[in-house]
Amino acid sequence: MTKTRQTDVAIIGGGPAGLAAAIAARKAGAKHVTILERSHELGGILQQCIHNGFGLHRFQEELTGPEYAYRFIPEVQKDPGIELYLNTMVLDLSSQQEITAIHPDFGLVKLQARATVLAMGCRERTRGALSIPGTRPAGVFTAGTAQRFVNIDGYMPGKKVVILGSGDIGLIMARRFTLEGAKVEAVVEIMPYPAGLARNIAQCLEDFDIPLYLSSTVTTIHGKDRVEGVTISQVDDKWQPIPGTGRYISCDTLLLSVGLIPENELSQAANIPLDAKTGGAIVDENRETLIPGIFACGNVLHVHDLVDYVSEEAEIAGEAATRYALSKADADAKANERDKGRKAQQVVIKPGENVRYVLPQRLTPGAEADLFLRVTQPMEAITLYLDGVMLARKRQVRPSEMLKIRLRPNHWENLRQNRGDLDGKEISLTAALQPTQPTRLEPETVRGARP
Amino acid sequence: MTIDGKTKGNNRKMTCITCPTGCQLEVRGGADGELEITGFQCRRGEEYARNEVLNPKRVLTTTVKVRNGVLPLLPVRTAKAIPKGLLERSMDTLADLEIQAPVRTGDVILANLLDTGIDVIASRDMEKVSNVG
Repeated sequence: MTKTRQTDVAIIGGGPAGLAAAIAARKAGAKHVTILERSHELGGILQQCIHNGFGLHRFQEELTGPEYAYRFIPEVQKDPGIELYLNTMVLDLSSQQEITAIHPDFGLVKLQARATVLAMGCRERTRGALSIPGTRPAGVFTAGTAQRFVNIDGYMPGKKVVILGSGDIGLIMARRFTLEGAKVEAVVEIMPYPAGLARNIAQCLEDFDIPLYLSSTVTTIHGKDRVEGVTISQVDDKWQPIPGTGRYISCDTLLLSVGLIPENELSQAANIPLDAKTGGAIVDENRETLIPGIFACGNVLHVHDLVDYVSEEAEIAGEAATRYALSKADADAKANERDKGRKAQQVVIKPGENVRYVLPQRLTPGAEADLFLRVTQPMEAITLYLDGVMLARKRQVRPSEMLKIRLRPNHWENLRQNRGDLDGKEISLTAALQPTQPTRLEPETVRGARP
Repeated sequence: MTIDGKTKGNNRKMTCITCPTGCQLEVRGGADGELEITGFQCRRGEEYARNEVLNPKRVLTTTVKVRNGVLPLLPVRTAKAIPKGLLERSMDTLADLEIQAPVRTGDVILANLLDTGIDVIASRDMEKVSNVG
């Protein structure tokens, strides 16, 4: 019979979120922290992201992915209070926080945690999710898989490449393939605007004269054994291919950079309610899920564009998980009652007009917390309102760039004035298009304004 | 249908790559040779635009072969940005390089790349593979 091991805080995943959560948990006073990581080493996806641009917010430096990871890894490795299970696959998580995993030496491992931090990251959307017509040849890869082949294993997946989707990984790989001697024929994006960061359009595509086709998609994959080419077509405003616009591009490789999906199978096993918009758990300002004691952070919670914010979020989760673990030391019925009361009191925040999602989805009234949100489409200037209370103005917003707004005491005061007691109420966050004020704007901006 | 951020001539529009904000910059060349730069939100944006017109530079990140390492490749980068025109030749130079594990983050992998005075450094630790059997 497998003996059940005990830990204060169990952290599932040793990528950027897991690393920062573990360090924060120890600083907050957790005596015993366990990281369960399925790879042979810590660092997660950062290890294959060899390009620079990480850490500008957090370290005021431009680091590569591995360098960013190494800002955390040694601290975790030398801490005797952090137990590392590498090459360990977590198979199950129960809502009572019993973790079942497979370890190469210990075999089946059972771990009972007082608090758990979910930090499993995300995975890529594949061809199967897109239903691209055509044959089923070799040579179709997700961009991240190609990144691993090129940067870690040392294999080039092809010589003539078309990339579907303009997500950041696809853009980074366009540059990487070009530097390694391949020809990137095109990047094809179904939306009328790029999905990745503007800087990556500039430094990965424009630098190497790689064409970006907007409002276009791959409509056929050609080739029997190996990809021989793709047909790309323009799409209308309902994303339907426009007949007659098809164009054949010869290539041996098609990369897909069409979105990331938080990897929440374990969360579902523990019956943790998920948000359909983010694909991750519904959480409060402490990143606690609706199951008390289980927290989530990083890309398993919502897909981030900057790792700096992942680390920040993981610290919130790691610290809060530790507070929970220590307060639960005398686990009893009273604690469960407290948990219920705490959850019932929280305000539920729904995404309103022009807002795709907002995180956290729940807030304890009065909490001074950062709200993270994405808009539904690019907009020139917006004003953000929480249930009618103005929070902030933002310019040049895009869905690819996550917005961050600090919720302050005066916002809560205004909310209470409007709504009275907030406990358990539902409020919505909206982004109103800001009317342009010609007198205060630069001439260029006025030209872009609608009459 | 394609995006072309490079406007030839004296007036150029560009996206600042210094940080994820990605400011849209505009550079106008004055008759006196002075550059008029607009659109930046911080000092580094202004500096980026000036360099981009006068001497564009990029940090190169790539990999080199490792002998006896736990992995076959070591990620490396130039310690500072190098002239953009040297990217391809730098890749050729680094393609022939093979180094020995172990390596520590920050170790110099190749000194003075193409006489730029800039070193190529390791981006991560690479342990030596332990000999089994």
